[in-house]
Amino acid sequence: MIAEAGLAALWLAGALAALQLAMAVIGIARGRDDVAAAVRPVAIVQGVLAALAMALLIKLFLESDMSVKLVVENSHSAKPWLYKFAGAWGNHEGSMLLWVTILGLAGGAVAIFERALPERTLVATLGAQATIALGFYAFLLFSSNPFARLTPAAPDGLGLNPLLQDPGLAFHPPTLYTGYVGLSVAFSFAVGALVTRDVGPGFARAMRPWVLIAWIFLTLGITAGSYWAYYELGWGGWWFWDPVENASLMPWLAATALLHSVTVLATRDGLRAWTIMLAVVAFSMSMIGTFLVRSGILTSVHAFAVDPERGAFILALLAIYIGGALALFAARIGTVRAGTTFDPVSREGGLVANNLLLSVILGIVLIGTLYPIVAASFGVQLSVGPPFFNKAAGPIALALVAVMAVGPLLRWRRDEARAVVGRVALPIAATVVAAVALLFVWPGVLPWAGLSLAAGLAVASVAPLWKRNLRRTPMFTYGMVLAHLGIAVSLAGMASDSAFTRETLVAVRAGEAARVGPYSVTLDGISPVIGENWSALEAQLTATRGDDSTRLHPQLRFFANPPTSTNESAILTALDGQLYTVLGQPDGQGRWQLRLWWKPFVTLIWFGGVLIALGGALSLVGRLRRERRSAVRAAWA
Amino acid sequence: MKRFALWAPLAIFALLFAVVASGLFRPADKVVRSAMVGKPLPDFALPAMVPGKPGLTSASFKGGQPRLLNVFASWCVPCIAEAPHLMRLKTMGIPIDAIAIRDTTPAIAGFLRRNGDPYARIGSDTASRVQLALGSSGVPETFVVDGRGIVVKQIIGDIREDNIGEIVQAVREAR
Repeated sequence: MIAEAGLAALWLAGALAALQLAMAVIGIARGRDDVAAAVRPVAIVQGVLAALAMALLIKLFLESDMSVKLVVENSHSAKPWLYKFAGAWGNHEGSMLLWVTILGLAGGAVAIFERALPERTLVATLGAQATIALGFYAFLLFSSNPFARLTPAAPDGLGLNPLLQDPGLAFHPPTLYTGYVGLSVAFSFAVGALVTRDVGPGFARAMRPWVLIAWIFLTLGITAGSYWAYYELGWGGWWFWDPVENASLMPWLAATALLHSVTVLATRDGLRAWTIMLAVVAFSMSMIGTFLVRSGILTSVHAFAVDPERGAFILALLAIYIGGALALFAARIGTVRAGTTFDPVSREGGLVANNLLLSVILGIVLIGTLYPIVAASFGVQLSVGPPFFNKAAGPIALALVAVMAVGPLLRWRRDEARAVVGRVALPIAATVVAAVALLFVWPGVLPWAGLSLAAGLAVASVAPLWKRNLRRTPMFTYGMVLAHLGIAVSLAGMASDSAFTRETLVAVRAGEAARVGPYSVTLDGISPVIGENWSALEAQLTATRGDDSTRLHPQLRFFANPPTSTNESAILTALDGQLYTVLGQPDGQGRWQLRLWWKPFVTLIWFGGVLIALGGALSLVGRLRRERRSAVRAAWA
Repeated sequence: MKRFALWAPLAIFALLFAVVASGLFRPADKVVRSAMVGKPLPDFALPAMVPGKPGLTSASFKGGQPRLLNVFASWCVPCIAEAPHLMRLKTMGIPIDAIAIRDTTPAIAGFLRRNGDPYARIGSDTASRVQLALGSSGVPETFVVDGRGIVVKQIIGDIREDNIGEIVQAVREAR
């Protein structure tokens, strides 16, 4: 019954999306305001129905209903409830359902909360949102039905990939998807504005909070995903340039560029066409990411469904949506009046440089990710790895950091080059001091440049607060300061990790010790432990540093359903870094492999990521408050 | 010029689309190409693994008759999965030799009792030395060796139903 109800909710939501699109078209093309007025409520109900379908799927997983094919294939009754719950989206069909649920909810949220946008543009926006949703409902219903029954019902399920059996699964995909799919709102806004030819500061101010929300979630999702991979995979790395990581990075890069160009549009009415373009590109990158992951065209830990038919379906949707939006852009943007112009040395100029550099990095990541596919069409098998990305994108990212340090210290419209030099003197001094100091511990070219620039950026990012009345400084300025500071912190962590990490692989008997960084790690013994749905060999380690000693318990974990083993690393976090321990295989003669890393300041990477997201949140709250205040003022005037 | 430039993003996307679409519909070639193909087997001599069955030397692949060399272990689950397919190849008249990796006599004897024994000879490679010399990184792997000791095909991972055709063909061509 529950599965059928879920399927019905999904069909109804799809039908409402079709209705929403038809009403938006009639409302705008025929000028029928009475029809257009119904678009908002329909969008809300559509979102609610999609969410209902998702909730029912979760219920099926929680109840371990083994008459549902998806549950059988991806769950097991002996699984802890959290993984039953999160397992609902730990598979192709469920994750696509989560995708459209967030799409529907985003449309519903726009329908409820968006009051700044002119009504016609809003209706066109919701029409665009319905068009996207319609395609993905069709995809779910015709080729990826999550509610398909299995007759006869199975006695029990096949289990969930043990790598996914981690609390991270409960929040990483929903967070990331909220970011991914949240960008659909920006896309729909852009399409709506192109339809009504209404691109201007008002439009930009209306779009900005939506972009910010998506961007905050995307930032959190990537940060969390990076930390998850770091401790769960047991390889000691935090970013692998895996195609799927790239798929999440590309929308982030585009959204970051959009976030900055939309500010130019809102404040100075410049970069009209460019902002619209970025809004289209950002969500296109989300969809391309979804396609890359879901089609199985690239092999990756994240790819659940290797199914060319599904790939073809998503590819067709991509062609329609991205191609359609780009064609609309080409046809319409020429008729949008050009915005104002500005001097190269100005805040706008800095933001344009930021946009260009972000776009170049985006291009590099896109090319690196797709190159294996291109090469394969010429019969060459290859994969593009970290060396390419680090070498190609690293220097440009550092240039971007330099621009980021200077940009916020420039004035809008026009600035004096000489005055700018005075303002950036202190950050430059910080960079030089750090650079010289680091010469004594030479960490390698990129980490050296990274650490020096991080120092400069850290100083520069708080510079906008100098000589200001801190209580009257708007909250979004604090947001920017915090986000830029977060980049500096994260960059310092990355550079420090790649320069100063110490790694050792040893084979030790019980009672023997190994040294890594400032720690001495002793293997006290190995004992078996039993978990809810796994058994493990657990090492008792004592990590000693000076007079402090801490016990650590890395595990070699064995899962029965499906039969696999995973490495559960044990991590000791100190103020100045992390000790990362992994238990390897026994050699059969009483010795055990231990893999130990000392990673100085590695935690800064994720701490910085959280700061960036927090900066975004402050900025969001600040903007919303100001909009509301000016709206109230306008109402009284 | 300006109007033309506005269509550039669409053109770039169309190009991207064409590449990806061709990548999606071309039959995927997920086989890792072997560096051993076309090269002679390294010289080795391995002791017998189970009583009553001879050990394995590289010389036994130079008898003029193509043979399969299967690298396996009793502790390897995919090896159990491929066992019936090896039995089928044997009944087709293809001789199969094996190298057992890091294994013990009782374990291998048990494995053969449970899953069938398609092998003419089994050599014991307790330290993976020959395995590494063969350029094999895991178990199971199967090499088709022609009558002169030259590798003509390498299959990484377990033999599946759909590999049987290509193996038989490779053996036939090697004759």
